[in-house]
Amino acid sequence: MAFYRPAPWQKPLSVALLIAALALPTLLTAIGQEFYVGFATRVLIFALAATSLNLVLGFGGMVSLGHAAFLGAGAYVAAICQQAGINEALLAFPAAMGVAGLFALLVGAISLRTRGVYFIMITLAFAQMAYYLFVSARAWGGDDGLPLTGKMAFAGIGLGGDTPLYYLALGCLALVMLLFGRLADARFGRTLQAIRENETRMEALGYAVFRYRLAAFALGGALAGLAGALLANLTGLASPNLLQWTQSGTLLVMVIIGGVGYLYGGVVGALILLVLEEFLVGLTPHWHIALGVLLLGVVLFAPKGVAALFGKRHG
Amino acid sequence: MVEGLLEVRGLCRRFGAIEALKDIDFSVDTGEVHALIGPNGAGKTTFIHHVSGALQPDAGSVRFAGQDVTTFGMHRRVAAGMARSYQITNIFLGLDALDNVALAVQGRPDAGSSFRFWRPVRSETALFDEARSYLEQLGLGSKATTLAGNLSHGEQRALELAMALATRPRLLLLDEPMAGTGPEESARMVELIEHLARHVTILLVEHDMDAVFRLADRISVLVNGQLICTGTPEAVRNDAAVRRAYLGDHL
Repeated sequence: MAFYRPAPWQKPLSVALLIAALALPTLLTAIGQEFYVGFATRVLIFALAATSLNLVLGFGGMVSLGHAAFLGAGAYVAAICQQAGINEALLAFPAAMGVAGLFALLVGAISLRTRGVYFIMITLAFAQMAYYLFVSARAWGGDDGLPLTGKMAFAGIGLGGDTPLYYLALGCLALVMLLFGRLADARFGRTLQAIRENETRMEALGYAVFRYRLAAFALGGALAGLAGALLANLTGLASPNLLQWTQSGTLLVMVIIGGVGYLYGGVVGALILLVLEEFLVGLTPHWHIALGVLLLGVVLFAPKGVAALFGKRHG
Repeated sequence: MVEGLLEVRGLCRRFGAIEALKDIDFSVDTGEVHALIGPNGAGKTTFIHHVSGALQPDAGSVRFAGQDVTTFGMHRRVAAGMARSYQITNIFLGLDALDNVALAVQGRPDAGSSFRFWRPVRSETALFDEARSYLEQLGLGSKATTLAGNLSHGEQRALELAMALATRPRLLLLDEPMAGTGPEESARMVELIEHLARHVTILLVEHDMDAVFRLADRISVLVNGQLICTGTPEAVRNDAAVRRAYLGDHL
Protein backbone atom coordinates (compact mmCIF):
# COMPACT_ATOMS: atom_id res chain seq x y z
CA MET A 1 0.00 0.00 0.00
CA ALA A 2 1.21 3.47 -0.76
CA PHE A 3 2.40 5.86 1.90
CA TYR A 4 0.26 8.91 2.56
CA ARG A 5 1.52 12.20 1.21
CA PRO A 6 -0.69 15.29 1.05
CA ALA A 7 -1.68 16.13 -2.53
CA PRO A 8 -1.32 19.79 -3.53
CA TRP A 9 -5.06 20.17 -4.11
CA GLN A 10 -5.92 18.71 -0.75
CA LYS A 11 -5.81 21.89 1.29
CA PRO A 12 -8.00 24.04 -1.00
CA LEU A 13 -10.44 21.14 -1.37
CA SER A 14 -10.67 20.69 2.40
CA VAL A 15 -11.33 24.39 2.90
CA ALA A 16 -14.00 24.38 0.17
CA LEU A 17 -15.70 21.35 1.71
CA LEU A 18 -15.62 23.00 5.13
CA ILE A 19 -17.23 26.17 3.78
CA ALA A 20 -19.91 24.12 2.01
CA ALA A 21 -20.57 22.18 5.22
CA LEU A 22 -20.82 25.43 7.19
CA ALA A 23 -23.42 26.76 4.77
CA LEU A 24 -25.44 23.53 4.61
CA PRO A 25 -27.93 24.14 7.51
CA THR A 26 -28.76 27.62 6.17
CA LEU A 27 -29.25 26.16 2.72
CA LEU A 28 -31.47 23.33 3.94
CA THR A 29 -33.57 25.79 5.97
CA ALA A 30 -33.95 28.04 2.93
CA ILE A 31 -35.41 25.21 0.87
CA GLY A 32 -37.53 24.00 3.77
CA GLN A 33 -35.69 20.72 4.35
CA GLU A 34 -34.54 21.31 7.97
CA PHE A 35 -35.25 17.63 8.58
CA TYR A 36 -32.02 16.76 6.84
CA VAL A 37 -29.83 18.73 9.29
CA GLY A 38 -30.18 15.85 11.76
CA PHE A 39 -29.29 13.40 9.00
CA ALA A 40 -26.26 15.48 8.02
CA THR A 41 -25.16 15.46 11.66
CA ARG A 42 -25.38 11.68 11.64
CA VAL A 43 -23.16 11.58 8.55
CA LEU A 44 -20.58 13.83 10.24
CA ILE A 45 -20.53 11.69 13.38
CA PHE A 46 -20.13 8.44 11.47
CA ALA A 47 -17.48 10.10 9.30
CA LEU A 48 -15.59 10.76 12.53
CA ALA A 49 -16.09 7.20 13.80
CA ALA A 50 -15.04 5.65 10.48
CA THR A 51 -12.01 7.95 10.31
CA SER A 52 -10.92 6.78 13.76
CA LEU A 53 -11.13 3.20 12.50
CA ASN A 54 -9.21 4.16 9.37
CA LEU A 55 -6.34 5.36 11.55
CA VAL A 56 -6.21 1.91 13.17
CA LEU A 57 -7.00 -0.19 10.10
CA GLY A 58 -5.75 1.81 7.15
CA PHE A 59 -2.65 3.43 8.63
CA GLY A 60 -1.83 0.97 11.40
CA GLY A 61 -2.74 -2.18 9.47
CA MET A 62 -4.69 -3.54 12.45
CA VAL A 63 -7.95 -5.22 11.39
CA SER A 64 -10.07 -4.59 14.47
CA LEU A 65 -13.57 -6.05 14.64
CA GLY A 66 -14.24 -4.43 17.99
CA HIS A 67 -14.05 -0.76 17.19
CA ALA A 68 -17.72 -0.12 18.02
CA ALA A 69 -16.96 -0.90 21.66
CA PHE A 70 -15.15 2.43 21.92
CA LEU A 71 -17.97 4.23 20.11
CA GLY A 72 -20.47 2.74 22.56
CA ALA A 73 -18.27 3.44 25.57
CA GLY A 74 -18.13 7.11 24.57
CA ALA A 75 -21.92 7.25 24.24
CA TYR A 76 -22.40 5.70 27.67
CA VAL A 77 -19.89 8.05 29.30
CA ALA A 78 -21.85 11.03 27.92
CA ALA A 79 -25.16 9.61 29.18
CA ILE A 80 -23.70 8.69 32.58
CA CYS A 81 -22.17 12.15 32.93
CA GLN A 82 -25.56 13.69 32.32
CA GLN A 83 -27.16 11.31 34.81
CA ALA A 84 -24.54 12.44 37.34
CA GLY A 85 -25.45 16.07 36.72
CA ILE A 86 -22.61 16.99 34.36
CA ASN A 87 -24.37 18.49 31.37
CA GLU A 88 -21.38 20.35 29.93
CA ALA A 89 -19.94 18.84 26.75
CA LEU A 90 -16.58 20.47 27.44
CA LEU A 91 -16.33 18.14 30.44
CA ALA A 92 -18.30 15.12 29.28
CA PHE A 93 -16.71 14.80 25.82
CA PRO A 94 -13.11 14.73 27.03
CA ALA A 95 -14.23 12.24 29.68
CA ALA A 96 -15.77 10.08 26.93
CA MET A 97 -12.52 10.27 24.95
CA GLY A 98 -10.47 9.46 28.03
CA VAL A 99 -12.51 6.43 29.05
CA ALA A 100 -12.73 5.08 25.49
CA GLY A 101 -9.01 5.73 25.00
CA LEU A 102 -8.04 3.93 28.21
CA PHE A 103 -10.34 1.05 27.32
CA ALA A 104 -8.64 0.85 23.91
CA LEU A 105 -5.24 0.99 25.60
CA LEU A 106 -6.18 -2.02 27.70
CA VAL A 107 -7.69 -3.98 24.80
CA GLY A 108 -4.73 -3.08 22.58
CA ALA A 109 -2.12 -3.99 25.21
CA ILE A 110 -3.51 -7.53 25.21
CA SER A 111 -4.71 -8.01 21.61
CA LEU A 112 -1.65 -6.50 19.91
CA ARG A 113 0.40 -9.46 21.09
CA THR A 114 -1.48 -11.51 18.51
CA ARG A 115 -1.56 -11.24 14.73
CA GLY A 116 -3.87 -11.81 11.82
CA VAL A 117 -7.08 -13.68 12.41
CA TYR A 118 -6.35 -14.01 16.14
CA PHE A 119 -6.25 -10.24 16.45
CA ILE A 120 -9.61 -9.97 14.68
CA MET A 121 -11.09 -12.55 17.03
CA ILE A 122 -9.70 -11.13 20.24
CA THR A 123 -10.87 -7.57 19.47
CA LEU A 124 -14.28 -9.02 18.63
CA ALA A 125 -14.29 -10.91 21.94
CA PHE A 126 -13.47 -7.78 23.93
CA ALA A 127 -16.23 -5.82 22.20
CA GLN A 128 -18.79 -8.57 22.85
CA MET A 129 -17.74 -8.66 26.51
CA ALA A 130 -18.33 -4.92 26.75
CA TYR A 131 -21.67 -5.38 24.97
CA TYR A 132 -22.90 -7.97 27.47
CA LEU A 133 -21.59 -5.87 30.34
CA PHE A 134 -23.83 -2.97 29.31
CA VAL A 135 -26.79 -5.24 28.50
CA SER A 136 -26.68 -6.56 32.05
CA ALA A 137 -25.97 -3.25 33.77
CA ARG A 138 -29.36 -2.43 35.35
CA ALA A 139 -28.20 0.93 36.68
CA TRP A 140 -27.57 2.02 33.10
CA GLY A 141 -30.83 0.76 31.67
CA GLY A 142 -29.80 -2.79 30.73
CA ASP A 143 -30.72 -3.68 27.17
CA ASP A 144 -33.01 -0.65 26.87
CA GLY A 145 -29.98 1.61 27.08
CA LEU A 146 -29.53 4.83 29.00
CA PRO A 147 -31.59 7.76 27.65
CA LEU A 148 -30.42 11.35 27.80
CA THR A 149 -32.88 13.85 29.25
CA GLY A 150 -32.03 16.26 26.46
CA LYS A 151 -29.08 17.51 24.50
CA MET A 152 -26.11 18.69 26.52
CA ALA A 153 -24.67 22.19 26.58
CA PHE A 154 -21.41 23.36 24.99
CA ALA A 155 -19.62 26.12 26.92
CA GLY A 156 -22.91 26.90 28.60
CA ILE A 157 -24.85 27.20 25.32
CA GLY A 158 -27.58 24.60 24.96
CA LEU A 159 -27.30 22.22 22.00
CA GLY A 160 -31.10 21.97 21.65
CA GLY A 161 -32.52 21.96 18.14
CA ASP A 162 -30.65 20.33 15.28
CA THR A 163 -28.30 23.08 14.12
CA PRO A 164 -26.04 23.64 17.19
CA LEU A 165 -25.18 19.93 17.42
CA TYR A 166 -24.50 19.90 13.68
CA TYR A 167 -21.92 22.64 14.08
CA LEU A 168 -20.35 20.95 17.10
CA ALA A 169 -20.02 17.69 15.15
CA LEU A 170 -18.59 19.60 12.19
CA GLY A 171 -16.06 21.34 14.44
CA CYS A 172 -14.98 18.03 15.96
CA LEU A 173 -14.64 16.35 12.56
CA ALA A 174 -12.69 19.30 11.12
CA LEU A 175 -10.26 19.29 14.04
CA VAL A 176 -9.80 15.54 13.86
CA MET A 177 -9.19 15.65 10.10
CA LEU A 178 -6.61 18.39 10.61
CA LEU A 179 -4.82 16.36 13.31
CA PHE A 180 -5.10 13.17 11.24
CA GLY A 181 -3.62 14.84 8.16
CA ARG A 182 -0.73 16.26 10.18
CA LEU A 183 0.16 13.10 12.05
CA ALA A 184 -0.08 10.95 8.92
CA ASP A 185 2.66 13.07 7.33
CA ALA A 186 4.72 13.47 10.52
CA ARG A 187 7.19 11.06 12.04
CA PHE A 188 4.46 9.11 13.79
CA GLY A 189 2.43 8.48 10.66
CA ARG A 190 5.52 7.54 8.69
CA THR A 191 6.49 5.06 11.38
CA LEU A 192 2.99 3.61 11.63
CA GLN A 193 2.64 3.06 7.89
CA ALA A 194 6.10 1.54 7.63
CA ILE A 195 5.16 -0.90 10.39
CA ARG A 196 2.02 -1.76 8.41
CA GLU A 197 4.19 -2.48 5.37
CA ASN A 198 6.97 -4.46 7.05
CA GLU A 199 6.94 -4.98 10.78
CA THR A 200 10.13 -7.07 10.96
CA ARG A 201 12.14 -4.56 8.99
CA MET A 202 11.07 -1.76 11.29
CA GLU A 203 12.11 -3.78 14.29
CA ALA A 204 15.46 -4.39 12.62
CA LEU A 205 15.79 -0.60 12.27
CA GLY A 206 15.40 -0.25 16.03
CA TYR A 207 11.74 0.70 16.29
CA ALA A 208 9.73 -0.57 19.28
CA VAL A 209 6.89 -1.64 16.98
CA PHE A 210 4.43 -2.57 19.73
CA ARG A 211 4.41 0.92 21.26
CA TYR A 212 3.55 2.71 18.03
CA ARG A 213 0.77 0.26 17.23
CA LEU A 214 -0.64 0.59 20.73
CA ALA A 215 -0.55 4.39 20.61
CA ALA A 216 -2.46 4.40 17.31
CA PHE A 217 -4.97 1.88 18.62
CA ALA A 218 -5.62 3.95 21.77
CA LEU A 219 -5.85 7.19 19.81
CA GLY A 220 -8.35 5.55 17.44
CA GLY A 221 -10.36 4.38 20.46
CA ALA A 222 -10.40 7.87 21.98
CA LEU A 223 -11.62 9.44 18.73
CA ALA A 224 -14.34 6.79 18.44
CA GLY A 225 -15.33 7.72 22.00
CA LEU A 226 -15.76 11.33 20.89
CA ALA A 227 -18.00 10.18 18.04
CA GLY A 228 -20.00 8.10 20.54
CA ALA A 229 -20.59 11.07 22.84
CA LEU A 230 -21.84 13.11 19.87
CA LEU A 231 -24.04 10.24 18.72
CA ALA A 232 -25.67 9.91 22.16
CA ASN A 233 -26.56 13.59 21.94
CA LEU A 234 -28.02 13.16 18.48
CA THR A 235 -30.15 10.08 19.19
CA GLY A 236 -30.81 10.89 22.85
CA LEU A 237 -29.84 7.38 23.85
CA ALA A 238 -26.76 5.35 24.79
CA SER A 239 -27.76 1.90 23.60
CA PRO A 240 -25.88 -1.38 23.98
CA ASN A 241 -26.54 -1.92 20.25
CA LEU A 242 -23.86 0.67 19.59
CA LEU A 243 -21.29 -1.79 20.95
CA GLN A 244 -22.46 -4.77 19.01
CA TRP A 245 -20.21 -6.42 16.47
CA THR A 246 -22.58 -5.56 13.62
CA GLN A 247 -21.83 -1.92 14.38
CA SER A 248 -18.09 -2.64 14.15
CA GLY A 249 -18.89 -4.33 10.83
CA THR A 250 -20.71 -1.23 9.57
CA LEU A 251 -17.68 0.93 10.40
CA LEU A 252 -15.43 -1.53 8.57
CA VAL A 253 -17.70 -1.42 5.51
CA MET A 254 -17.59 2.39 5.56
CA VAL A 255 -13.79 2.41 5.60
CA ILE A 256 -13.55 -0.24 2.87
CA ILE A 257 -16.03 1.55 0.59
CA GLY A 258 -14.35 4.90 1.25
CA GLY A 259 -10.74 3.77 0.95
CA VAL A 260 -8.54 1.94 3.46
CA GLY A 261 -5.46 4.03 4.22
CA TYR A 262 -6.73 7.16 2.45
CA LEU A 263 -7.06 10.23 4.64
CA TYR A 264 -10.66 10.87 3.57
CA GLY A 265 -11.59 7.20 3.26
CA GLY A 266 -13.72 7.19 6.41
CA VAL A 267 -15.54 10.41 5.50
CA VAL A 268 -16.31 9.30 1.93
CA GLY A 269 -17.43 5.85 3.08
CA ALA A 270 -19.74 7.16 5.81
CA LEU A 271 -21.29 9.63 3.39
CA ILE A 272 -21.92 7.02 0.68
CA LEU A 273 -23.26 4.34 3.00
CA LEU A 274 -25.61 6.59 4.98
CA VAL A 275 -26.94 8.50 1.95
CA LEU A 276 -27.57 5.23 0.16
CA GLU A 277 -29.28 3.75 3.20
CA GLU A 278 -31.48 6.84 3.58
CA PHE A 279 -32.41 6.76 -0.09
CA LEU A 280 -32.97 3.00 -0.42
CA VAL A 281 -34.95 2.59 2.80
CA GLY A 282 -37.56 4.88 1.25
CA LEU A 283 -37.80 2.61 -1.81
CA THR A 284 -37.75 -0.90 -0.43
CA PRO A 285 -37.44 -2.75 2.87
CA HIS A 286 -34.92 -5.03 1.15
CA TRP A 287 -32.36 -2.27 0.84
CA HIS A 288 -29.60 -4.53 2.18
CA ILE A 289 -29.55 -6.33 -1.17
CA ALA A 290 -28.72 -3.13 -3.02
CA LEU A 291 -26.06 -2.42 -0.43
CA GLY A 292 -24.54 -5.83 -1.06
CA VAL A 293 -24.40 -5.11 -4.77
CA LEU A 294 -22.66 -1.81 -4.04
CA LEU A 295 -20.06 -3.52 -1.86
CA LEU A 296 -19.47 -6.07 -4.58
CA GLY A 297 -19.06 -3.27 -7.10
CA VAL A 298 -16.55 -1.43 -4.94
CA VAL A 299 -14.48 -4.55 -4.32
CA LEU A 300 -14.47 -5.46 -8.02
CA PHE A 301 -14.06 -2.07 -9.66
CA ALA A 302 -12.49 0.17 -7.02
CA PRO A 303 -10.68 -2.24 -4.72
CA LYS A 304 -8.80 0.60 -3.07
CA GLY A 305 -12.03 2.40 -2.23
CA VAL A 306 -13.87 5.37 -3.69
CA ALA A 307 -11.42 7.94 -2.28
CA ALA A 308 -8.71 6.27 -4.37
CA LEU A 309 -10.61 7.12 -7.57
CA PHE A 310 -10.12 10.84 -7.09
CA GLY A 311 -6.93 12.20 -8.63
CA LYS A 312 -3.69 10.32 -8.40
CA ARG A 313 -2.89 8.01 -5.55
CA HIS A 314 -1.11 9.55 -2.61
CA GLY A 315 2.68 9.27 -2.45
CA MET B 1 41.91 -12.46 26.95
CA VAL B 2 40.20 -9.30 25.75
CA GLU B 3 36.49 -9.75 25.19
CA GLY B 4 35.41 -9.49 21.56
CA LEU B 5 32.70 -7.13 20.33
CA LEU B 6 30.40 -10.12 19.98
CA GLU B 7 30.77 -13.16 22.23
CA VAL B 8 28.52 -16.17 21.74
CA ARG B 9 28.92 -18.92 24.35
CA GLY B 10 27.44 -22.42 24.38
CA LEU B 11 24.56 -21.51 22.08
CA CYS B 12 22.08 -24.37 21.50
CA ARG B 13 18.84 -24.45 19.61
CA ARG B 14 16.55 -27.34 18.72
CA PHE B 15 13.59 -27.31 16.36
CA GLY B 16 11.65 -30.40 17.41
CA ALA B 17 13.92 -33.37 16.83
CA ILE B 18 16.46 -31.37 14.87
CA GLU B 19 19.43 -29.90 16.64
CA ALA B 20 19.92 -26.82 14.50
CA LEU B 21 22.76 -25.33 16.55
CA LYS B 22 24.99 -27.40 18.80
CA ASP B 23 26.92 -25.71 21.59
CA ILE B 24 28.40 -22.91 19.52
CA ASP B 25 31.22 -20.70 20.82
CA PHE B 26 31.88 -17.83 18.50
CA SER B 27 33.34 -14.35 18.69
CA VAL B 28 33.83 -11.31 16.50
CA ASP B 29 36.63 -8.90 17.40
CA THR B 30 36.32 -5.17 16.97
CA GLY B 31 37.43 -4.05 13.55
CA GLU B 32 37.55 -7.39 11.79
CA VAL B 33 35.54 -8.87 8.96
CA HIS B 34 34.50 -12.28 10.18
CA ALA B 35 32.91 -14.56 7.59
CA LEU B 36 30.65 -17.46 8.43
CA ILE B 37 30.47 -20.14 5.76
CA GLY B 38 28.99 -23.60 5.50
CA PRO B 39 26.95 -25.80 3.18
CA ASN B 40 23.23 -25.19 2.63
CA GLY B 41 21.23 -26.10 5.69
CA ALA B 42 24.21 -25.89 8.01
CA GLY B 43 22.37 -23.40 10.22
CA LYS B 44 23.98 -20.13 9.15
CA THR B 45 20.75 -18.15 8.90
CA THR B 46 19.45 -19.69 12.14
CA PHE B 47 22.66 -18.59 13.80
CA ILE B 48 22.33 -15.03 12.46
CA HIS B 49 18.75 -14.93 13.75
CA HIS B 50 20.04 -15.74 17.23
CA VAL B 51 22.70 -13.06 17.03
CA SER B 52 20.25 -10.41 15.78
CA GLY B 53 17.60 -11.34 18.34
CA ALA B 54 14.93 -12.59 15.95
CA LEU B 55 15.11 -15.99 17.70
CA GLN B 56 15.91 -16.92 21.29
CA PRO B 57 18.30 -19.79 22.14
CA ASP B 58 17.45 -22.85 24.25
CA ALA B 59 20.75 -22.48 26.07
CA GLY B 60 23.83 -20.30 25.93
CA SER B 61 24.46 -16.58 25.96
CA VAL B 62 25.07 -13.72 23.56
CA ARG B 63 27.19 -10.81 24.78
CA PHE B 64 27.55 -7.68 22.71
CA ALA B 65 29.88 -4.76 23.52
CA GLY B 66 30.35 -6.04 27.07
CA GLN B 67 26.63 -6.39 27.73
CA ASP B 68 24.56 -9.57 28.03
CA VAL B 69 21.91 -9.19 25.29
CA THR B 70 20.62 -12.79 25.32
CA THR B 71 17.13 -11.75 26.41
CA PHE B 72 17.00 -8.59 24.28
CA GLY B 73 14.53 -8.44 21.42
CA MET B 74 15.61 -7.27 18.00
CA HIS B 75 14.93 -3.55 18.39
CA ARG B 76 16.92 -3.35 21.64
CA ARG B 77 19.92 -5.02 20.04
CA VAL B 78 19.70 -2.55 17.17
CA ALA B 79 19.65 0.28 19.69
CA ALA B 80 22.74 -1.27 21.32
CA GLY B 81 24.57 -1.02 17.97
CA MET B 82 23.85 -4.13 15.96
CA ALA B 83 22.42 -3.84 12.45
CA ARG B 84 21.56 -6.48 9.92
CA SER B 85 20.82 -6.64 6.26
CA TYR B 86 18.64 -9.36 4.87
CA GLN B 87 19.18 -12.24 2.49
CA ILE B 88 16.00 -11.25 0.72
CA THR B 89 15.84 -7.59 -0.19
CA ASN B 90 13.86 -5.95 2.56
CA ILE B 91 13.18 -2.30 1.81
CA PHE B 92 10.07 -0.13 1.57
CA LEU B 93 9.17 -0.34 -2.11
CA GLY B 94 6.54 2.42 -1.86
CA LEU B 95 9.03 5.01 -0.60
CA ASP B 96 11.86 6.60 -2.55
CA ALA B 97 15.47 5.70 -1.73
CA LEU B 98 16.03 8.79 0.40
CA ASP B 99 12.86 8.19 2.45
CA ASN B 100 13.98 4.63 3.11
CA VAL B 101 17.28 5.74 4.58
CA ALA B 102 15.67 8.65 6.47
CA LEU B 103 13.36 6.11 8.11
CA ALA B 104 16.43 4.22 9.29
CA VAL B 105 18.02 7.43 10.64
CA GLN B 106 14.75 8.30 12.38
CA GLY B 107 14.74 4.95 14.18
CA ARG B 108 18.03 5.65 15.95
CA PRO B 109 17.71 6.54 19.65
CA ASP B 110 19.78 9.72 19.25
CA ALA B 111 17.57 10.98 16.40
CA GLY B 112 14.76 11.76 18.85
CA SER B 113 11.34 10.27 19.48
CA SER B 114 9.11 9.15 16.65
CA PHE B 115 6.08 10.15 18.71
CA ARG B 116 5.85 13.41 16.80
CA PHE B 117 2.41 14.15 15.49
CA TRP B 118 2.50 17.58 13.91
CA ARG B 119 5.61 18.52 11.98
CA PRO B 120 5.81 17.10 8.44
CA VAL B 121 8.68 14.65 8.41
CA ARG B 122 9.89 16.08 5.08
CA SER B 123 10.68 19.38 6.80
CA GLU B 124 13.15 17.68 9.17
CA THR B 125 16.24 18.50 7.15
CA ALA B 126 18.66 16.95 9.66
CA LEU B 127 17.19 13.49 8.99
CA PHE B 128 17.31 13.85 5.24
CA ASP B 129 20.75 15.48 5.05
CA GLU B 130 22.23 12.60 6.97
CA ALA B 131 20.30 10.07 4.91
CA ARG B 132 21.66 11.63 1.73
CA SER B 133 25.23 11.19 2.97
CA TYR B 134 24.69 7.43 3.37
CA LEU B 135 23.20 7.19 -0.12
CA GLU B 136 26.27 8.95 -1.49
CA GLN B 137 28.61 6.63 0.42
CA LEU B 138 26.98 3.71 -1.34
CA GLY B 139 26.93 5.34 -4.75
CA LEU B 140 23.18 5.94 -4.79
CA GLY B 141 23.36 9.74 -4.62
CA SER B 142 21.68 10.18 -8.00
CA LYS B 143 18.84 7.77 -7.11
CA ALA B 144 17.57 9.65 -4.05
CA THR B 145 14.14 10.42 -5.49
CA THR B 146 13.67 7.09 -7.29
CA LEU B 147 11.03 4.83 -5.77
CA ALA B 148 12.81 1.91 -4.16
CA GLY B 149 10.61 -0.45 -6.16
CA ASN B 150 12.04 0.96 -9.40
CA LEU B 151 15.72 0.44 -8.47
CA SER B 152 17.72 -2.40 -10.01
CA HIS B 153 18.41 -5.44 -7.89
CA GLY B 154 21.99 -4.38 -7.19
CA GLU B 155 20.85 -0.89 -6.24
CA GLN B 156 18.27 -2.35 -3.89
CA ARG B 157 20.98 -4.41 -2.19
CA ALA B 158 23.08 -1.25 -1.83
CA LEU B 159 20.07 0.63 -0.44
CA GLU B 160 19.61 -2.13 2.08
CA LEU B 161 23.22 -1.59 3.17
CA ALA B 162 22.70 2.17 3.37
CA MET B 163 19.75 1.58 5.72
CA ALA B 164 21.78 -0.74 7.91
CA LEU B 165 24.59 1.84 8.03
CA ALA B 166 22.17 4.61 8.94
CA THR B 167 21.46 2.90 12.24
CA ARG B 168 25.18 3.68 13.00
CA PRO B 169 26.02 0.14 14.00
CA ARG B 170 29.15 -1.09 15.74
CA LEU B 171 28.53 -4.49 14.22
CA LEU B 172 27.01 -5.07 10.82
CA LEU B 173 25.43 -8.48 10.14
CA LEU B 174 25.41 -9.09 6.42
CA ASP B 175 23.31 -12.08 5.42
CA GLU B 176 24.33 -13.06 1.89
CA PRO B 177 24.75 -9.55 0.45
CA MET B 178 25.81 -11.10 -2.88
CA ALA B 179 22.68 -13.24 -3.24
CA GLY B 180 21.13 -12.93 -6.66
CA THR B 181 23.55 -10.32 -7.98
CA GLY B 182 25.31 -10.72 -11.30
CA PRO B 183 29.13 -10.85 -11.60
CA GLU B 184 29.48 -7.11 -12.20
CA GLU B 185 27.20 -6.19 -9.31
CA SER B 186 29.01 -8.69 -7.10
CA ALA B 187 32.33 -7.03 -7.81
CA ARG B 188 30.84 -3.66 -6.91
CA MET B 189 29.34 -5.08 -3.73
CA VAL B 190 32.74 -6.48 -2.68
CA GLU B 191 34.22 -3.02 -3.15
CA LEU B 192 31.42 -1.48 -1.08
CA ILE B 193 31.92 -3.95 1.75
CA GLU B 194 35.69 -3.34 1.67
CA HIS B 195 34.92 0.33 2.01
CA LEU B 196 32.46 -0.24 4.89
CA ALA B 197 34.91 -2.52 6.69
CA ARG B 198 37.15 0.46 7.32
CA HIS B 199 34.43 1.99 9.53
CA VAL B 200 32.55 -0.90 11.06
CA THR B 201 33.01 -4.46 12.27
CA ILE B 202 31.32 -6.96 9.96
CA LEU B 203 29.93 -10.46 10.39
CA LEU B 204 29.43 -11.78 6.88
CA VAL B 205 27.44 -14.82 5.81
CA GLU B 206 28.14 -15.56 2.17
CA HIS B 207 28.19 -18.35 -0.39
CA ASP B 208 30.47 -16.62 -2.86
CA MET B 209 33.89 -18.07 -1.90
CA ASP B 210 35.89 -15.58 -3.94
CA ALA B 211 34.24 -12.74 -2.05
CA VAL B 212 34.67 -14.43 1.31
CA PHE B 213 38.37 -15.13 0.87
CA ARG B 214 38.96 -11.63 -0.42
CA LEU B 215 37.10 -9.83 2.37
CA ALA B 216 37.47 -11.89 5.53
CA ASP B 217 40.10 -11.48 8.23
CA ARG B 218 38.85 -14.64 9.90
CA ILE B 219 36.54 -17.39 8.71
CA SER B 220 34.37 -19.76 10.72
CA VAL B 221 32.93 -22.91 9.21
CA LEU B 222 29.54 -24.22 10.29
CA VAL B 223 28.56 -27.78 9.34
CA ASN B 224 25.39 -29.49 10.56
CA GLY B 225 24.91 -26.97 13.34
CA GLN B 226 28.47 -27.35 14.64
CA LEU B 227 31.32 -24.93 14.34
CA ILE B 228 34.17 -27.10 13.06
CA CYS B 229 36.86 -24.50 12.51
CA THR B 230 37.74 -20.84 13.01
CA GLY B 231 40.86 -19.21 11.68
CA THR B 232 42.55 -17.07 9.06
CA PRO B 233 41.55 -17.71 5.43
CA GLU B 234 44.87 -19.49 4.94
CA ALA B 235 44.34 -21.79 7.92
CA VAL B 236 40.77 -22.58 6.90
CA ARG B 237 41.83 -23.27 3.33
CA ASN B 238 44.34 -25.85 4.57
CA ASP B 239 42.18 -27.42 7.28
CA ALA B 240 41.61 -31.08 6.50
CA ALA B 241 38.24 -31.29 8.26
CA VAL B 242 36.92 -28.31 6.35
CA ARG B 243 38.07 -29.72 3.06
CA ARG B 244 36.44 -33.04 3.79
CA ALA B 245 33.16 -31.62 5.11
CA TYR B 246 32.49 -28.81 2.79
CA LEU B 247 34.91 -27.30 0.37
CA GLY B 248 35.65 -30.44 -1.56
CA ASP B 249 37.94 -29.50 -4.40
CA HIS B 250 36.79 -25.91 -4.81
CA LEU B 251 40.19 -24.77 -3.56
